Amino acid sequence: MMMNDQSIEAHTLSVLVENSAGVLARVIGLFSGRGYNIESLTVAEVDGEAHMSRITIVTSGSPMVIEQIKAQLSRIVPVSRVTDLTVEAEAIEREMALVKVAGTGEKRVEALRVSESFRARVVDTTHESFVFELTGAKTKIDAFVQLMRPLGLKEVSRTGIAAIARGPEAM
Amino acid sequence: MGKRMSDQKTDQMTGAEIVIKALKDQGVEHIFGYPGGAVLPIYDEIFKQDWLHHILVRHEQGAAHAAEGYARSTGKCGVLLVTSGPGATNAVTGLTDALMDSIPLVCITGQVPTHLIGSDAFQECDTVGITRPCTKHNYLVKSVDDLAEIMHEAFYIATSGRPGPVVIDIPKDIQFAPGPYMSPEKISKASYQPPKKGDLNGIREAAELIASAKKPVFYTGGGVINAGQVASKLLREFVGLTGYPITSTLMGLGAFPASDNQWLGMLGMHGTYEANMAMHDCDVMINIGARFDDRITGRLDAFSPNSKKIHVDIDPSSINKTVHVDVPIVGDVAHVLEDMIRIWKETACSPDKQAISDWWQEIEGWRKVNSLGFEQSDTIIKPQYAVQRLYELSKDKDVYISTEVGQHQMWAAQHFHFEEPNRWMTSGGLGTMGYGLPAAIGTQIAHPEALVIDIAGEASVLMNMQEMSTAVQYNLPVKIFILNNEYMGMVRQWQQLLHGGRYSHSYSEALPDFVKLAEAYGATGIRATNPGELDEAITQMLDTPGPVIFDCVVSKDENCFPMIPSGKAHNEMILAGEPADVEVSEEGKALV
Ligand SMILES: Cc1ncc(C[n+]2csc(CCOP(=O)(O)OP(=O)(O)O)c2C)c(N)n1
Ligand SMILES: [Mg+2]
Repeated sequence: MMMNDQSIEAHTLSVLVENSAGVLARVIGLFSGRGYNIESLTVAEVDGEAHMSRITIVTSGSPMVIEQIKAQLSRIVPVSRVTDLTVEAEAIEREMALVKVAGTGEKRVEALRVSESFRARVVDTTHESFVFELTGAKTKIDAFVQLMRPLGLKEVSRTGIAAIARGPEAM
Repeated sequence: MGKRMSDQKTDQMTGAEIVIKALKDQGVEHIFGYPGGAVLPIYDEIFKQDWLHHILVRHEQGAAHAAEGYARSTGKCGVLLVTSGPGATNAVTGLTDALMDSIPLVCITGQVPTHLIGSDAFQECDTVGITRPCTKHNYLVKSVDDLAEIMHEAFYIATSGRPGPVVIDIPKDIQFAPGPYMSPEKISKASYQPPKKGDLNGIREAAELIASAKKPVFYTGGGVINAGQVASKLLREFVGLTGYPITSTLMGLGAFPASDNQWLGMLGMHGTYEANMAMHDCDVMINIGARFDDRITGRLDAFSPNSKKIHVDIDPSSINKTVHVDVPIVGDVAHVLEDMIRIWKETACSPDKQAISDWWQEIEGWRKVNSLGFEQSDTIIKPQYAVQRLYELSKDKDVYISTEVGQHQMWAAQHFHFEEPNRWMTSGGLGTMGYGLPAAIGTQIAHPEALVIDIAGEASVLMNMQEMSTAVQYNLPVKIFILNNEYMGMVRQWQQLLHGGRYSHSYSEALPDFVKLAEAYGATGIRATNPGELDEAITQMLDTPGPVIFDCVVSKDENCFPMIPSGKAHNEMILAGEPADVEVSEEGKALV
């Protein structure tokens, strides 16, 4: 008998891995091989001495699938911990984006005004363009990009989500 | 890793010497392999010693299956050695097979020298990339300083937790490079902590549920075999204590003796009527070391709809994967059973005698259906009859059975009965035609005095027929018992039942003369074509000291029953003699 709860929900998973060769390929291969979704994935070394990296994955699925994903991730030999930040902790999620907008006149002024209200930083300027740096929740970046579209949006580069639990405990 | 090693004062050895020394320290006595340019330094070390027995196969797939047969029949780790490129790719089917059936293997592959990796060098392939999804873990050795630790870690990972295959890819320059050795005792891996003992609260809850059951059934699997002989002993004890019926998957046969009255036979797609009906109607299902595979469950939303389910598995990812369970217990089957028996006795659990006796009454009714029955013939050998005779004539010997894949495999599972674990080598999860002959060779290497029989189909056996040379070279008296129906029988059966009898490319055209083929290899060939001569021919086979190919000419159009067609539930099985045109939904047809 299958679990009847088939509602799809997004979960943010933090995966602590030994920084050995191919570990990212193992994680990604697991997702593609078993047909799981990846909505966002970020990875970087977080402890150089211990050679540990942290992978943050936003994925979606039914509760049963999310449980499977966590169990399958834990099975990968160099994976040392898997935490579901969506259920196990109240988490802070942040993403950084670099947004290039080109234009002159009214549109250029408007772009700058919007960026200020989002507290984006201007990290590159020419007479006809800006590159904004913006950090925040995914929805905030989505909203910013949306607003920039009619104002001369050229391209966007986003980091994907980094996340951490609130409070004194480590994962 | 390198740092720890260089702190130790050890004698330097070459990488190839480290490989051999590590094999020795791991207690390896046999290695199945095939040489090539990228493993020559290791072969050179094999040449220089006399304790490690290398078995030269004729194809690297054969090496992998032989290592599987060796592992499955001994409980030890199987080891194989192959060269880079085609050597490694040829081994991939065997690695995948071992992953699916949780068989511990260590596979050493040669690789082009480090400085050529990525240059499309001769016989280069991305072995770790290719084998990543078909191994439990794999390594590319980039420094000889890491080699000893990787070797030992590989054995630890292959054999602990849920066992599986591990690949170690060793570039040729590393095989020549001098480096330090370390002994196996120091191995531990922080990120890899396989569970052992099950949670006691879960076990207590399970014991209570088991005691309260009115229609219980044990459903056991390969996990019991993998947990060692002690697990089978404990299983027998516990099942005996409860008095409950027990069935098993294909992979679990032998963990519980088939001669016991509590045994219902195998369950699943070609399982017995009583086993599948008990699964469907039970109120408490006790899954020990099985994984709710689709061959077992049939249609998921109709799978055992009214039962509470207990699931003991060493792999947390097996739990709630496809079937929701009420009492999950993550742990080694032997440890869990030990705790379970203790708790059962301590709390003086006692089942509801009346309910259990009623339940057995119902089961006896299903048994009367005689679902493994078939129509006998006195002119033509029925394949089921052939397996029955083979069983009767060999059961008092020290016998090990391997199979290929197809109808013959299912008939072997149904009609050859196993009293002990580790006696049955078959490709369950992957269903690999060509498994049986090399697996028989590996089994015979591990048990030189035993009777090892590959119950084969004429199509499957040709897939690794070249391994007859291996059998002859090492004087391995394996018996290849071919149920020759001149068809890829299982394919033909599906085409008959699900594709309107359109037998597209399932006839075994242009078969060799198996008797002559045996002789060409320097083995003995025997043929039986009618039931009257069968016993004598089998006896002749069993009395032949060397390898034999037995061409058992059987009826061509026999179907394997009972059968749960794809997409159907346990209580919708078709039995022999029932009208054979099955109504299967489009959805069911899409299933395999
Ligand atoms: C390598 C591989 N290729 C294809 C299949 C699909 N397949 C399953 S059973 C079967 C027919 C096997 O024929 P045979 O060995 O004669 O056994 P029989 O069913 O006739 O007993 C085939 C082709 C498979 N299982 N493995
Ligand atoms: Mg056949």
